[in-house]
Amino acid sequence: MGEAETFAPVTTDLPEMHGAFDGEFPIRVRGIRNVFGDHVIHEGLDLDVRRGEIIGVVGGSGTGKSVLMRTIIGLQTPQAGDVEVLGQSITDARDDADIDIRSRWGVLFQGGALFSTLTVAENVEVPLREFYPEIGDELRHEIARYKVLLSGLPAEATSKYPSELSGGMRKRAGLARALSLDPELLFLDEPTAGLDPIGAAAFDQLILQLQQTLGLTVFLITHDLDTLYEICDRVAVIADRTVIAVGTIPELLALDHPWIQEYFNGPRGRAAQDSQARQQVVRASVVTDAATKQISPIMGED
Amino acid sequence: MRALTDFQLTPGSGDEGAVLAFSGPMTVSSLGVTDRELRGLDDSLSKIDVSAVTVMDTVGAWTVWRLSRDSGAEIIGCKPEPQKLIDAISKADSNAHSIRAARLPLFQRVPEHVGDVMIGMAKGFLQVIGFLGQIILSVGTLARHPARFRMKALVHQMELVGVNSLAIIGLMSFLVGIVIAQQGAVQLRQFGAEIYTVNLVGRLTLRELGVLMTAIMVAGRSGSAFAAQIGTMKLTEEVDAMRTIGVSPMEALVVPRILATMIMMPLLGFFSAFLGIIGGAFLSSLTLGIPFFTFLTRIQEVVPLHDVWVGLTKAPVFGLIVALAGCYQGMQVKNNAEEVGARTTAAVVMAIFTVIVLDAFFAIFFTEIGWG
Repeated sequence: MGEAETFAPVTTDLPEMHGAFDGEFPIRVRGIRNVFGDHVIHEGLDLDVRRGEIIGVVGGSGTGKSVLMRTIIGLQTPQAGDVEVLGQSITDARDDADIDIRSRWGVLFQGGALFSTLTVAENVEVPLREFYPEIGDELRHEIARYKVLLSGLPAEATSKYPSELSGGMRKRAGLARALSLDPELLFLDEPTAGLDPIGAAAFDQLILQLQQTLGLTVFLITHDLDTLYEICDRVAVIADRTVIAVGTIPELLALDHPWIQEYFNGPRGRAAQDSQARQQVVRASVVTDAATKQISPIMGED
Repeated sequence: MRALTDFQLTPGSGDEGAVLAFSGPMTVSSLGVTDRELRGLDDSLSKIDVSAVTVMDTVGAWTVWRLSRDSGAEIIGCKPEPQKLIDAISKADSNAHSIRAARLPLFQRVPEHVGDVMIGMAKGFLQVIGFLGQIILSVGTLARHPARFRMKALVHQMELVGVNSLAIIGLMSFLVGIVIAQQGAVQLRQFGAEIYTVNLVGRLTLRELGVLMTAIMVAGRSGSAFAAQIGTMKLTEEVDAMRTIGVSPMEALVVPRILATMIMMPLLGFFSAFLGIIGGAFLSSLTLGIPFFTFLTRIQEVVPLHDVWVGLTKAPVFGLIVALAGCYQGMQVKNNAEEVGARTTAAVVMAIFTVIVLDAFFAIFFTEIGWG
């Protein structure tokens, strides 16, 4: 009685996985040049993303925000320049070599890009099956279920097909799939576009909560000024084929670039600024409550 | 070697339950094997010690939470960061709903599926008739408002269905003509009736094979394309967008395709028969000693004119069936990309099957009216 029973870890031939990235910049982009036909999208583009921050990427339509994201995640090969993600080069990597990185990032595409013949839960299970086949069915189903609930979808949504979901629910399901492997890096392409203001605000809070709880680094493309004010630590502005400025919004406002001034000081920019100011007053009064209750209602409600 | 989650179970004494102590990383990459062992344990736990855990992600938090939920054990030694995760996970826990789509047991599923298929076929038959009715109505409307007719779309479809398939249909017919002449000659030689190869090739290609093979080729080439094009447009809501703008999809998508196929089929069928005869003449001049132009002259003498009419009458009907199947199946697409594939296959199968069945009816019909 009372004898301790030890279970030695089973020796298996599981492939080696890297530990968490502990460098300063999980994403380093140097001198990117992207060209479509004779149309130059990016020229000498540099960008550093700090660990644990939410960086918002803004720019006019057609300035190549999505192309930049596709370049960073290796879907688009740049004509020149280097991309380094989590300390590994994307631009030099071959398919089998960078497979390890792919288990450490999650990507949410604009339309959700869910696999249309699989249910929401099965969509979430796809990366788990792919990278960790040793996980048993039971645990995998449980993981899929809590990830879906964590993304703010009701439990009934797990067994639905993407065509049965609304646009906002599809985005949440896409986020659940992006979070499926507990990634260190999250890429979001216009997560709140096409959502109603309440849904968009809830989605912003969800991203912020997940980022704080899971310690994610988030690369976020958006047109939504509220999102920028609400959750982004820094904002990168793309114009004239390169990143013209990176910084907090007050830092950007201090710059004398016409596009930045128009972007943040236009009617919509002003409105977002005002609502941000109002909310900060409200938040100050409930800060003690928020400190004790870490998780927002949208994450907890069943 | 990848680091795995390690655990140690200290059995309890008396009323105290066992203590489960985790060590090492508790992450998605380390828990897969360990989880299976954990599920094999049946001791009642009183405490779960996570003080020696180095890293924890949500999968680790889930595992700890699930164990504590099922056994009522207390979680001890938890640092603030993992505690945050466990709190978040515990709120996202729900066993209320299955994550699989609802599924019946096998003995119910099979009869249900058979029933669904039968009802689907009956409904499908009615729907095709209804679809044909809609097309006729649209054609009627267009006849009253000729300005709305889309000439450009029609000509474009005629090019796709007709002109672009000339090469493949020509080559196929030429080769089939050679095969008929060669095989026919081998059989007819036994009676010393090699000269009847001309009759064989001429009547067979003009009456039956030219049109039938063309219909099959057009079903594979154009019928499938119709289903895939219209189906994809349905998925991307282009068809709905058309309706809201006031453009009738029937007039803009379906009628031009149906008319183009009905117009091109007789031309292609005749072209096919012609190339088949050329193939037969080519082989006869090479191996049977019948000169090329003598073969063609003989064709005029031995093939009755009504054989040409039989072929040309069947062609637009087959064209209608092929295009109807393609457009109808395309319009039925909904939900997902897999459906486009399934509907495209269905369009080709439905078209070819119906064409062959109808061909048999035509054969009897034309013989009965004396065009034997």
